[in-house]
Amino acid sequence: MPRVSFTRALARFHEAPTVEVEGATLGAALAAAFAAQPALRGYVLDEQGALRRHVAVYINDRPASDRVRLTDAVAARDDVYVFQALSGG
Amino acid sequence: MSDRIHVGTRKGLFELARRNGSWDIVETHFLGDPVSAVLAQKDGTVYAALDLGHFGAKLWRRGGNGAWSELPAPAFPPKPDDAKDDPHPWTLGRIWGLEPGGVNGRLWAGTMPGALFRSDDGGESWTLNEPLWFMPERRKFGGVAGGEQPGLSTVLVNPRNPADIRVGVSCGGVWASTDEGQSWRLINRGLYAEYMPPELREDPISQDVHQLARCAAHPEVMWCQHHNGVFRSEDGGATWTELTAVRPSKFGFAVAAHPNDPDTAWFVPAVKDERRYPVDGKLVVARTRDGGRSFDVLGNGLPQRHAYDLVYRHALAVDGTGERLAFGSTSGGLWISEDGGESWTTPDARLPPVAAVRFAQA
Repeated sequence: MPRVSFTRALARFHEAPTVEVEGATLGAALAAAFAAQPALRGYVLDEQGALRRHVAVYINDRPASDRVRLTDAVAARDDVYVFQALSGG
Repeated sequence: MSDRIHVGTRKGLFELARRNGSWDIVETHFLGDPVSAVLAQKDGTVYAALDLGHFGAKLWRRGGNGAWSELPAPAFPPKPDDAKDDPHPWTLGRIWGLEPGGVNGRLWAGTMPGALFRSDDGGESWTLNEPLWFMPERRKFGGVAGGEQPGLSTVLVNPRNPADIRVGVSCGGVWASTDEGQSWRLINRGLYAEYMPPELREDPISQDVHQLARCAAHPEVMWCQHHNGVFRSEDGGATWTELTAVRPSKFGFAVAAHPNDPDTAWFVPAVKDERRYPVDGKLVVARTRDGGRSFDVLGNGLPQRHAYDLVYRHALAVDGTGERLAFGSTSGGLWISEDGGESWTTPDARLPPVAAVRFAQA
């Protein structure tokens, strides 16, 4: 099963454990992860279901290419990494 | 009289209390996180809106037991296919104005992009005000604050009638509803925009209403810090008169209205308008006590040399008596007055840039 892990920056707000989930697309894998921890959804996705502008998602070593509909394929042994994409003062 | 002030900054929420005659920070919350709006209600409930750079706009509430919990943030409905040409995003950018609705449990939130949301359960759930959002004029709202999105910065609820509401949009004029937000009309006759082509100078949609304030005891009296001047209305915002006597300049963002005296209001002027800092590097508050015919320039206790502090829309506050005021600046300054602005003191702190200052409702 794909494995979804979250930046530790999210743990300041809500628990964000690494989870193994069912799902053949990025959208399905994230949805399964959010089913276990619903509070995280709004931190990663906006209300239209797209990735937030300053959230980065990688599938193994590839950045997600479809940030709006989340259609990138995810395979059984893939790692999905969710982390923040900018920093500032 | 309020003995507690909440200050929302780029790096956290700071709570000050008055003890033995002086003001000190007594608690810090959300350290490191940008706080865009704060509301402290009479029952001790505190709301804080966060504007997280990575993770979006959030809303938290502190209950009577002192613990914070996250509430659902206002959210736009799914964007319909026929809205593809909408110039504004259907995603919450920032909670900018947060106001009690005058009815138990009711809150209004003004946001970027320029929209209004309502809660009737103390923030547990939010509904987009569709009559305003779906009005064709809304798509003409212009961008603000260095961004491409308009912002609904002010929500004013008539203390005598919770159905009577005004909102200020930057840039989008002053809107009125007398039916709890079921219908809206644009009402800002008398405001004018120097920055527009002559044909659009008085176009009501083009008015950059930085901030509105309303006298609680005389809610028909309203004040406006507009992008190109200071205005007053005596008919609930329907018609406005420019107050050309304001000194030392007419540009600014914030305005506070005296809760009881309809002739008294405070502004924090800055150089107009491309170079935004206090005139001559002297930080002052402009106060009128005669309905805008004349202004006092108040600087006692404020930095009068090399001060480059700018005061944002929600960063000037007055308490329920009209005696206590507080304001915070983009340079992290915070000043408090207990005599209507005649003199100011500053607590022992170097704060992050200040977005919002609010007295707890006493």
